[in-house]
Amino acid sequence: MTQLELIINQTSVTLDVDPATSLLDVLRNEVGLASPRFGCGKEQCGACCVKIDNKLVYACTHSMAEAAGQSITTVEGLGTPENPHPLQQAVMDLNAGQCGFCLSGILVTASKLLDENPAPSRSDVMTALDDHLCRCGAHNRIIDAILRAADKR
Amino acid sequence: MSIPFSLQRNPRLSTWIRFEGDRLIVYTGKVELGQGIKTAVASIAAFELNFPISRIDVVSGNTESGPEEGITAGSMSIETTGAAIRQASAEVRAHLLDRAADRLEADPSALVVKDGLIHNPGTNNSLSFDEILSGGQIDVEATGNPKPRPSDASDTLGTSETPRTARIDLPYKVTGGKAFIQDLQFPHMKHGRVVRGPSINHYPDQTSDLKESLANIVRDGNFIGVIADREDAVRAARQHLNDTISWQLDASHETPNGSDWLRDTDTRLLVVDGTPGDEPIPDVPACNFSATYRKPWHMHGSLSPSAAIAIWQDDHLTVYSHAQGPSLLRDALANALSLNGNQVTVIHTENAGCYGHNGADDAAMDAAKLALHVPGSHILLKWEREDEHRYEPYSPGTLIDVAANIENGRVRYWSADIYSQTHSGRPFGMQGASNLVAAWEQEEAIPRPIPQPGRGNHSGIHRNADPLYQFEDRRIVKHLNRDQRIRTSSTRGLGAFANVFAIESAIDELARLDEIDPVTFRLAHLEDPRAVAVLQRCRALASDYAPRHQDGHHPGRGFAFAQYKNRQTYAALCVFLDVDDETLEVSLEHAIIVADAGRVVDPDGLRNQLEGGFIQSASWSLKESVSFNRYGTTSVDWDSYPILRFSEIPTVNVQLIEDPTSPSLGAGEALHGPTPAAIANAIADATGIRVREVPLNTDSIRRAGLVDHTAR
Ligand code: FES
Ligand code: FES
Repeated sequence: MTQLELIINQTSVTLDVDPATSLLDVLRNEVGLASPRFGCGKEQCGACCVKIDNKLVYACTHSMAEAAGQSITTVEGLGTPENPHPLQQAVMDLNAGQCGFCLSGILVTASKLLDENPAPSRSDVMTALDDHLCRCGAHNRIIDAILRAADKR
Repeated sequence: MSIPFSLQRNPRLSTWIRFEGDRLIVYTGKVELGQGIKTAVASIAAFELNFPISRIDVVSGNTESGPEEGITAGSMSIETTGAAIRQASAEVRAHLLDRAADRLEADPSALVVKDGLIHNPGTNNSLSFDEILSGGQIDVEATGNPKPRPSDASDTLGTSETPRTARIDLPYKVTGGKAFIQDLQFPHMKHGRVVRGPSINHYPDQTSDLKESLANIVRDGNFIGVIADREDAVRAARQHLNDTISWQLDASHETPNGSDWLRDTDTRLLVVDGTPGDEPIPDVPACNFSATYRKPWHMHGSLSPSAAIAIWQDDHLTVYSHAQGPSLLRDALANALSLNGNQVTVIHTENAGCYGHNGADDAAMDAAKLALHVPGSHILLKWEREDEHRYEPYSPGTLIDVAANIENGRVRYWSADIYSQTHSGRPFGMQGASNLVAAWEQEEAIPRPIPQPGRGNHSGIHRNADPLYQFEDRRIVKHLNRDQRIRTSSTRGLGAFANVFAIESAIDELARLDEIDPVTFRLAHLEDPRAVAVLQRCRALASDYAPRHQDGHHPGRGFAFAQYKNRQTYAALCVFLDVDDETLEVSLEHAIIVADAGRVVDPDGLRNQLEGGFIQSASWSLKESVSFNRYGTTSVDWDSYPILRFSEIPTVNVQLIEDPTSPSLGAGEALHGPTPAAIANAIADATGIRVREVPLNTDSIRRAGLVDHTAR
C-alpha cells in the first residue's frame, strides 16, 4: 500500500492503495463514485472512460501508479441532478438511453468532444463515440442529444 | 366487467397502489430492463389518478412486496402489468371519490380529481389524498366495476404529438447516482468471483491443489468460488486459480461443429395456427421454390457482466439480482440449495440491459453459494467479461427449409421445417432438475432438465413461424434438437428472428421470381387492414426518401413485415443500404419503421423501443455469430464477438399508427424479425445476390455470390 494523491472532479484526495490497482477500482471502491462502469476490463467497450486532464483514458486498465497526482474528471464532475451539464440535460430531454449503462463513458467522451469542437456534425459525433459500445440500440438518440447539447451551449 | 389477468391473480388494490404522505407508490411484479417499464407504469397511474408523476415512486420485482407477475419477457409487460395498474388505479380513484364525497358534501360524480387533490367546484373546498386516507391504504379487492378513464380524455397520454414522458430513471443514471446492482453498498461487504473452465461442460481436475491462495476458497464438488474483502484481492485469487487448475472435458461433451447437426432429431411437431400439436405430419409435395435459411448462435451480450449480492443470515437468504423473474429465481434457488421457498427473498435490482435469459440467474446462484459460507456477510459477486461471453445461454442456431408453390402471382402452398434448440432454459422451481450452472457443479449435483418442445401458441422455435399471409395451404413443422452441449435459452424475439428472416426473405424471392413488386406481392396476400396500413404507409415514406449515391457503391432498398406473435405489434420496415463494389462491405444508410401497437401509452418510449430493437437486430444480422471450436466458444470478448458501432448506425424514421380502440401491445421485439430480412432483401436489390445466411456480411455475400454464379 502506498499513499497516492488524485484530484478528482477538482477535489484533492489522498488514498492508501496498491499502485498496481486499476484507476477504475479505486474510483469505484475507494472513492465511492458510481459513474465509471466496468464493462469489459479490456479497453473494448468504453464504459469506464474518464478524463485525465484533457485526455480520455480507459480507467479499467489505467493503473493508479500512472494516474497519481493527476486531475480526473468523471460524470459526477460534469454536473448534478439539480445543476446538470448541457449534455446530461440533453440526454434527459431526449430520453437518450434505455438501460443507460453505456452513458457514463459516452458523456465523458462527449464532453471532451464539445470542448474541442463546439459545433460538431453528426458524423463528427459518430466518429468520436466509435470506441463506445451501446447494446440497447440507443445510438441515434445519444447522437441527437450530443448535437442538441452543442446547440444549447 | 372483466378484471385484467394480473389483477385477478393479485386482487388487493393495496398490493398495487399505496400512499405514503404526499407520495404515491406503484408496485409492479415486472422489472426494469432498460425498457422504461417504471416510467410507463408511473405514467399510467398518473393518468388514471390525475396525480403528478414527480410524486410517484415505483417498486418493482420484490418477492416480499407487491404483486407476483412471473417473468418480464416477450414484450408482455405493458399488456399485463399495465392493464392491471390501469384498472387498479381506476378503482382506487373511485374509492377516494366515495370517501371524499361525504366530507366535501357532494356527489362523487360532481367532484374533480386533480394533482392529488379532490376538489368540490361548488364550494371550492378540497381534500388531499393524504387527508382522505389519513395514513391508511385502500385495502380492498378489485371488483372490475369502476371503468378506467377513456383514452380519448382531453389530457390523454397517448397521442403521438404529446410531449415525451421523461424517463424517471435517467436523471440519476446520468449524474453518477447509484443506479445499478454493482453500485449497492453494504457495511463489510465482501467480494466474490467464480472460477470455471473454458466452457460449462468442463470440470476441474480433482487433483488440482487450490490451497496456496490468498483468498477464501469455496469448493463444493466442481463449483469453485473465491471470497475476499477487497476486489483486487479477489481478482488476483481468481487469476491464480485459473492458472493453477487444469480443466477436463469428456469427449461426449465436445462442442459440435457447424450447424447441420441441428437436423439430427426426431422430436417434431406440426404447427397449426401458431400452436404445435400431434397431428400427423404431411409430406412436402413437389414445389417450384425451395431454399434454406440459416441463423447462427447469438449472444445477449449485456454491456455489463452479470452480478448479484447475497447474504445468509438467521437461516434466511436474501439475494439482489437483475434476473427477469424474481419469483422464479427464488423458487429455483430454494430448490438448488435445499431451502424452503420462504427462506429466500429475491429483490430485483437493475443491471445493464439483458435482452433475455443471460447470466443473471447463474450469478445469483453463485453469490448465494458463497454467502452460505460466510453467514452474516453480504457478498457482491461479479462475473468477469469472459464469464458472460462463455457461460451465458445463447440464442440457438437455426436452420429453416422453405418450400413453396407459386402460380399466377399467388402462393398456393407453403412449407417450413424449422430445426433449432430450446429457447426455454430459464430456471424456475422445477423438481429433480435445475437450470442453474452451479447446481450442476455442486457436490449434491442436480441434473439439467432435458429440453421439451414448447406447445404454447407462438412460444419458442415456432414464434412467428406461421406467416400472416393468406396462403391456400401450409405445413409448418418445428424440430427440436435436445442437445445442450451448446447451452441455449431465451433471447429477445425467440424464434421470430429466424422465422421472419426466412418468411420475409422467401416472400421477396418469390415476388422477384414472378417479377412483381415485393410490397404489392405482400399486400396481395394480406387481409388484415392494420397489416395493410403499416405496409402501405412504409412504402409511401420509402418512395419519398432520396437515398444518397456514392461512387463505387451499389445502393439497395428492402422491405419486410411482421406482426409479432401474429397478435401483437404490426411492423413494416424499409432499409436503405449500400454495398461496396470491391469489398462487398454493407453500410446501412437509413431505415423507415411504421408500427401499429394499439393504444399508445408513451409514444416516445414506444419509438425508443422500436428503434432500439431494430438497431440491436441489425447488429445481430450484420455482424454477430458466436464462434466455436471443440472446447467451446472462442467468442470471449468484444474483439472476438464484434457488434454494431456508432460509426455504422443508420438514421431511423419511426412512425406510429395509433389504434386507440385496441389494447396497448408490446413492441420491444416487433422489429427483431423483420430486420434481417429487410437487410437481406436490400442486399439482393443492390447486388442481385441472395444471401440466406446470417450474418449478412462480406463472407456470406461472397459465398452466396459464388453459388449464384455456379447455378447460372
Ligand atoms: S471497462 Fe474499460 S473499456 Fe470496457
Ligand atoms: S442504453 Fe443500454 S447499453 Fe446503451
